[in-house]
Amino acid sequence: MRVSMRVNGRRVTAEDVWEGESLLFVLRERLGLPGSKNACEQGECGSCTVYLDDSPVCACLVAAGQAGGRDVVTVEGLAGAAGLDAVQQAFMDAGAVQCGFCTPGLIVQAHYLLRETVDAGGPVPDDGEIREVLAGNLCRCTGYEKILDAVRLAAARKAAAAAAAAGQAEPGQAEVGR
Amino acid sequence: MTAMTGTVAAAGTVGASRTRMEGRAKVTGAARYAGEIPFADLAHGWLVASTIARGRVRSVESAPVLAMPGVLAVLHHQNAPRLEEFAGMLGPDPTIQILQNDRVPHVGWPVALVVAETSEQAREAADALVIRYDQEPHDIAFSAQHPGMYTPDDSPLLVTETGKGDIEAGLAASAVVVDEEYTTPEEHHNAMEPHAAMARWDSGRLEVVDSNQGPFAVAQDLAKMFSLDLASVRVRSEHVGGAFGSKGLTRPPVVLAVMAAIVTDRPVRVVLTRRQMFSVVGYRSPTAQRVRLGADTDGRLRAFDHQAASLTSTIHEFVESSAGIGRVMYDADAHHTSHRVVRLDVPTPSWMRAPGEAPGSFALESAIDELAHKCGMDPIALRARNEPAVGPVSGLPFSSRNVLGCFEEGARRFGWADRDPRPGAAREGRWLLGTGTAAATYPARVAPSTAAVTAEADGTFTVRITAVDLGTGARTALTQIAADALEVELDRIQVKIADSDFGQAMIAGGSMGTRSWALAITAAATELRAQLALPGDIPSDGITARSDTAEAIGALARQERHSFGAQFAEVAVDVTTGEVRVRRMLGIFAAGRVVNPLTARSQLIGGMTWGLSMALHEEAIRDQASGAHVNADLAGYHFASNADVPVIEVDWVDDPDTHDPTGIKGLGEIGIVGAAAAIANAVWHATGVRHRDLPIRPDRVLLAGSRGC
Repeated sequence: MRVSMRVNGRRVTAEDVWEGESLLFVLRERLGLPGSKNACEQGECGSCTVYLDDSPVCACLVAAGQAGGRDVVTVEGLAGAAGLDAVQQAFMDAGAVQCGFCTPGLIVQAHYLLRETVDAGGPVPDDGEIREVLAGNLCRCTGYEKILDAVRLAAARKAAAAAAAAGQAEPGQAEVGR
Repeated sequence: MTAMTGTVAAAGTVGASRTRMEGRAKVTGAARYAGEIPFADLAHGWLVASTIARGRVRSVESAPVLAMPGVLAVLHHQNAPRLEEFAGMLGPDPTIQILQNDRVPHVGWPVALVVAETSEQAREAADALVIRYDQEPHDIAFSAQHPGMYTPDDSPLLVTETGKGDIEAGLAASAVVVDEEYTTPEEHHNAMEPHAAMARWDSGRLEVVDSNQGPFAVAQDLAKMFSLDLASVRVRSEHVGGAFGSKGLTRPPVVLAVMAAIVTDRPVRVVLTRRQMFSVVGYRSPTAQRVRLGADTDGRLRAFDHQAASLTSTIHEFVESSAGIGRVMYDADAHHTSHRVVRLDVPTPSWMRAPGEAPGSFALESAIDELAHKCGMDPIALRARNEPAVGPVSGLPFSSRNVLGCFEEGARRFGWADRDPRPGAAREGRWLLGTGTAAATYPARVAPSTAAVTAEADGTFTVRITAVDLGTGARTALTQIAADALEVELDRIQVKIADSDFGQAMIAGGSMGTRSWALAITAAATELRAQLALPGDIPSDGITARSDTAEAIGALARQERHSFGAQFAEVAVDVTTGEVRVRRMLGIFAAGRVVNPLTARSQLIGGMTWGLSMALHEEAIRDQASGAHVNADLAGYHFASNADVPVIEVDWVDDPDTHDPTGIKGLGEIGIVGAAAAIANAVWHATGVRHRDLPIRPDRVLLAGSRGC
């Protein structure tokens, strides 16, 4: 079958897709996007986490056909013209990257957490919330401490940037924001 | 020529935190691992693993499979290229003599490889391939009492047995005796990246991209196996997604990829599944360890006996060196350590993070805790009372030994002095609370390596060494080391690694990589600086100095060189469910010179998290009837997830080692050593129940509680 979808903002079409083929296979083997990793291929490790429309999913558990007509964003699509996404930058700065194989899925999942919290005008997530939301992304190198550091750092930077932006828009409230 | 080096202040970059050089490539998904590099005309191989534990392959019914879409070849023992039997780094390795005969030594043994145009076609054909076996009865039941247990011969890796004094007399004369058996289960590395390899012929050369810890060693093995000149084999492993020992030796995927490239004359990629990794890349043997300690009432050891049993396969002997740790940690007039092993119809175990020390420290450091309780002593005080002046077995001096400094600093930070030593005394609602401690040690070894450092005409420097960055931060640490050795800024140095064409170097393993490579880079840099001091311009192809550290390492004084540490843990045990939650961990280490504190801390925290996983989660279970695993995936084989891990704090104390030019000891393994014992000791302190079998599962906690022991 033919499957068309939008991946990282680009419309793509895969031909002769087998009914049992996963979204992960299409991304990695057909579209040249191996950033999403195949480490367990049964949804246990989170290394293949991508956005499907607005939800983070394990791409290994999504049939390619299910992604037809939908929006997919992978780790390759998070950096913008302005540079790295705040989560990517924080993972580098905090030393949250070791072997790098769990990193792409973790970054997408952490990106989702911050989008739903700080980016939505909510408070920065506490440690328990971070650990719980990232519990489906296994890492064998780091022991997760630096990953927590990175998510805290990205959240703090986003909150500070939001406060600064709010301060510029409404100078009278800048002090309150801080 | 102007002075090229010596422009950086003496402080240098070693010892300063640096983010990793390849960080950007990894956070953007741009880093390419061995199974991800595109090649024109690439074909895909899929491993077919045996479904029986012992017997012979009677037939491989290839014909129907060869007619399936895209299938190019089915390799098996009757048609695969013949391999030379050879002695590699550790002697002959039968685990990679695959598809050479009809013998099946365990479930999961490679019996065929299907090669097809796409990996999906290869996989479908592999699933459809019918293999008939003549099955024989198998034995996979491990215990210390197994009648097949034998004492292995000494090897370059392990002296099997050591002894002095009269153990039985020492125990008889002791006021306090501990005599217990401790067991650890079969454990698997489970690096996140499954093993992958690609092989192709390129202008008469065999070019390989492989996920391994030592490309030069793999190139040597492949050259010997396939009867090629070493110069005509090139192996690269630019990015490796974790290894922990499982990629330390040449493994089946790369052998199969080369075979398939020979047969099809195309580039062939072979990638393992998670399930296949449980059978062909090594694992940690289960252990059964008897520890007997005899002491006076003041805690001084009179008798020390550690007997370790482990398993190996029927085709290759690997001995988990669990009893080695007491040869470093504790002395007694009567001192005995020994290893036995049994051959079973299971895959061959191998190195897994802190081989020997990880399971050995669980048994020994639990027993020491039991002895302290029996003596009515604080466990740290008991350890201090038994600090040896020299190596208990070797009699050699320690190059440095700051284990007590670790305990002192750790106790202060952890708040150990406030601890009520009575077990079962602290409770918070349904949670019983406890704290525990344990010592850690791991050898600081070194091995010969070569390196080349080039002064480029544009004022930059290029370092070439067949090191590998498994995620450890090696690439970054070596850049810092080179910057210091050349006394130039970090950004003028490019370190190229993981290419066998750069020549022999130690593999990334045994906590030996950084020290071994640093020695070679420093030697080449020193030689280069001498050349640059001479008058003359740098030619367009630069000036290169090379080093080989074999001689320098041979001249190092014989000493006991080890890292040490002190582990602390606090646990909460749920009396209703039996769940153990670790609330915090602290590790203080004396591990020589720390090159990059940022990545060093990550290595140590990662190791301690392995200890937590070992204490509470990890356990591969085999079905006795089939000989196969029942939990060969990440759903059934548990290691700690983010929500399982508490605050883990790591730091180090000064540990100057003036006897080694680098002062580096290595950090890859020491973090796991003692961590599981600290947690088990904390569980005892919380509940009053001693758990001598890992992992400490909820059912074990509940059953032990209901027995009221």
